Amino acid sequence: MSDHDHDHDESSRFSDVELRVKALASLLVEKGLVNPETLDKLIDTFETRLGPRNGARVVARAWVDPAYRQRLREDASAAIAELGYSGMQGEHMVVVENTPQVHNVVVCTLCSCYPWPVLGLPPVWYKSNAYRSRVVIDPRGVLEEFGLELSRDIEVKVWDSTSEVRYLVLPERPAGTQGMSEEELAALVTRDSMIGTAKL
Amino acid sequence: MNGVHDMGGMHGFGPVEREEHEPVFHYRWEARTFALRQACGALGKWNIDMARHANERMPPERYLPATYYERWLSGLQRLLLESGLLTPSEVASGESERPAPTGLVAFPPEKVDAAVLTGRNYRVDAPVPAGFAVGAQVIARNINPAGATRLPRYVRGKHGIVDRDHGVFVFPDANAAGLGPKPQHLYSVRFAARELWGADAAPKDCVCLDLWEDYLDPA
Repeated sequence: MSDHDHDHDESSRFSDVELRVKALASLLVEKGLVNPETLDKLIDTFETRLGPRNGARVVARAWVDPAYRQRLREDASAAIAELGYSGMQGEHMVVVENTPQVHNVVVCTLCSCYPWPVLGLPPVWYKSNAYRSRVVIDPRGVLEEFGLELSRDIEVKVWDSTSEVRYLVLPERPAGTQGMSEEELAALVTRDSMIGTAKL
Repeated sequence: MNGVHDMGGMHGFGPVEREEHEPVFHYRWEARTFALRQACGALGKWNIDMARHANERMPPERYLPATYYERWLSGLQRLLLESGLLTPSEVASGESERPAPTGLVAFPPEKVDAAVLTGRNYRVDAPVPAGFAVGAQVIARNINPAGATRLPRYVRGKHGIVDRDHGVFVFPDANAAGLGPKPQHLYSVRFAARELWGADAAPKDCVCLDLWEDYLDPA
């Protein structure tokens, strides 16, 4: 049972952790091992610069440009870098394409590996015991909880991110979007569709 | 290690709970823990495989109910102590008892952008021959190392097919133990759901994992 209200119980649960982190940070700063401005810069980068809007642009570009889609197949890291996205936890990218016959979904059962440059940091559910344990053994049950029911004729492929290779799902382009600009198409792409827990 | 972190296929954790429009960090201490982990990692006293293994070594009865960043904090503390950067009494008191080792420089803020945009290269430029061709039938080895491994228990002893050769990569089991990169081929291997979970699994479904040469035998 989770409780996302910041009520007394939850804040006192973490007050000890808060103190530990504060003490650890000031100890490391005092020793000259950590620069507090570096901490601020890192936090700002991950709160504002990286996020699913990046991946959405990759998806939209692939939808409108078949040559780009082919480059994604041949060397996803290089193709994604063309749009300016690269680096930490996305050095070795593979794009897996959804088709009418195949639905892809990504997990890291062992920890929380996730393609940061294109999706930012993962949501809590992706890192949860429930998702990590269940999606490899019961992907259809998990997808149903997300509101996605797939016919038995479709192949569900679960990608367990056990290495430094990072996976991005290329969702199918929704019907009725002909004539939309690349920017309009990117606005349709959700984070969950690029993890594989949603279709568009 | 056969830790509780290796949870693929476990039952009992309940439904996947989701929060609409959740923030990147729910608390400032989470953001600080994340940033401390990155900044300390940049000191070069451990590698990413050692860092993951430090999280895995949290006692299981504490790991399971812990939130994600509580796990990171625990791992970070373990790394700082084991690397000798901090002593147990310093961590307990929050007060420095001796100067930091010489030659260590705090990672500067002006290098953050480049570090985040560049990352690290886990590929190794070494002429290691591939043991398996694409399409090869393989069996994941039944190994149970006490140290770090990226071979989940649910796949050990199971039959799969090599779908892709990613090339030559650092081998995490060796890297985490401080034995160097031991570069070898990394393959994407596909396992039928029925092979992993039995006859009740959906007939068309599969699970694909990235597995190193040392995890595989020919079928």
